Order: sequence, then C-alpha cells, then structure tokens
Amino acid sequence: MPPLDAIDRALLDRFQSGFPLDPRPFATLGAALGIAESDVLSRLDALQASGAISRVGAVVAPGRAGASTLAAMAVPEARLDEIAALISAYSSVNHNYEREHRFNLWFVVTASDAAAVQAVLGDIASRTGILPLDLPLLEAFHIDLGFPLQWN
Amino acid sequence: MELTITDRALLAAVAEGLPLVPAPYHAIGAAMGLSEAEVRARLANMAAAGVIKRLGVIVRHRALGYTANAMVVWDVADRAIGRVAAALAGEPTVTLCYRRPRHPPNWPYALFCMIHGRDRAAVRATLSAMIVRHGLEDLPHAVLFSGRCFVQRGARYTGAAAC
Repeated sequence: MPPLDAIDRALLDRFQSGFPLDPRPFATLGAALGIAESDVLSRLDALQASGAISRVGAVVAPGRAGASTLAAMAVPEARLDEIAALISAYSSVNHNYEREHRFNLWFVVTASDAAAVQAVLGDIASRTGILPLDLPLLEAFHIDLGFPLQWN
Repeated sequence: MELTITDRALLAAVAEGLPLVPAPYHAIGAAMGLSEAEVRARLANMAAAGVIKRLGVIVRHRALGYTANAMVVWDVADRAIGRVAAALAGEPTVTLCYRRPRHPPNWPYALFCMIHGRDRAAVRATLSAMIVRHGLEDLPHAVLFSGRCFVQRGARYTGAAAC
C-alpha cells in the first residue's frame, strides 16, 4: 500500500461516521480538509483501490433490516481452505474469517428473514458435514462509531 | 421504524457503498426512481431511527497496520452480564460488545467483545489491564485472534439467500 499523507489520514480518521447527507457530500469533506471535491474523490478512489477502505457507505444495525447471525465452525485444518471458499461463495455471507481456536472459521450470514438465514446454515451443514454454531446477536452494549486510529 | 420496500432497497444500496461521484445521492436515486431529496430524507430518517448505525468511510483495519484483532469471549453468569458488559463497552479499545447464546458444552461463552491493536502483544496488554481494572480475574474467557480474512463486504439484505 502506498504511504498515506496527512490528508489521507484525516479522511480515514474524521469521516468514519456522520458522513454528510447534503447533495455534494464530497465537496463538504473537501471544504473541511481544505482540498477540492475532485481531490477528495480521487483520494477515496485510491484508498479503495489500495485496500485501506472497503467503501464509503452504511453500517446497518444488526437485526434492524432483515436477519443475520454470526456462525462458527470447527473445521479440520486440512479442509479449512476448501470450506472457507465454499462459504465465501454465498452472496449472503459478508464476513468470513479464520480464528485461532477449535472453532476456527467464523462468518456472518445476512438475509431477508430468519428462515433464509437458517436455510443457509442448513445448506452449509449438509454440504460440509459440519454443524455451524448459530450465535445471533441477543443484545448490543456498544455503539459503533468507528475506530480511533493511532498513527505512529 | 417500519421499513418500506423502498427503504430496504435504499439501505442495500448504501450498505454496498456510495458511488464515488460528486452527487452520490442523486446517482443512487436515479437508479431507483427516487429524487435526490427523497434519498437524503429517507437516509436521514433511518440514521435517526438507528437502522443505519453509521454512514462513513469504512476502513480496513488490517490494511492500515491493525493486524491483531482478538475476539474475547466470556463465560459470565446471565445475572452478571449487564454489569460486565457495561465495564467492557466503556473501554476505548473495545469496538463491539454483544451478548449471544451459549451452546454448552462446546461453547459456554455468552459475552463477546472485539479488541483491535497493532500487534498481539498490544492486544494482550490491553486485555490484561482491563481484566485487572474491572476485577474480572475469575471469569473464564477465551481469546480468539483472527487469522486469514476470506471475505469482507457490506451486508446484502435483499434478495434470496442463494449460493
């Protein structure tokens, strides 16, 4: 990833939430940073291309639109690549991570309703022979406002 | 708030990401047959109602050097969950704190929190300090560091859950 200058860092730090809803939001960001709208857009394009950001967009509160769950599977090490690829191919899976534990594959399934989520888990169980743990959110104790970055 | 079909479609569009063009709300509206003003008003309503948790730049912590990320899970009695959760959620390094169901005997943990750091030592030091600060020494817990990331993208709420 190319090095980030002070303006890139400010773009990443200051706009993780509260993105403007006015007609020209990138111009508003530019005004706050002292750069042109076109510069904001080309920097965000570059940050997205380099993988520093996944998108400029919304984080939807879990359970408020459609249904979702966190699932965990205990996958034999030799089958991890194969099963991770199988799970990543579902369009309803939007996070899929390895974690260091007996339950080593973790993913989030999001669909229009709870029955559709259960259908995906059932399908995964029958295709892999491994039953996922179903760990839906029951209560949230933290409001996610983004993450304060510390630049060394 | 009750979400209409239009709200859900709009939510799906903004969860995938705004187009990086000067007038993104106009562009999203044009694709859905909505005016720019209506797009902005609906998004403002969904943000005010908490359906949209946040709108902004979604950073990839790993690409920015936050390579260590631990999910810490706690086997805490139901009656104590609220108290422990309040303590953890108040920590600046804790980005998420959720209650989820237990599945004994394989999975006794009911409280989940996420800690990000530049390396594992930093995450472990943060966790140890938190445990002491809140008197959690006797609480069974597990630390699950993340390994490879296979997929990270915006949630897709509409459409069938197909392969």
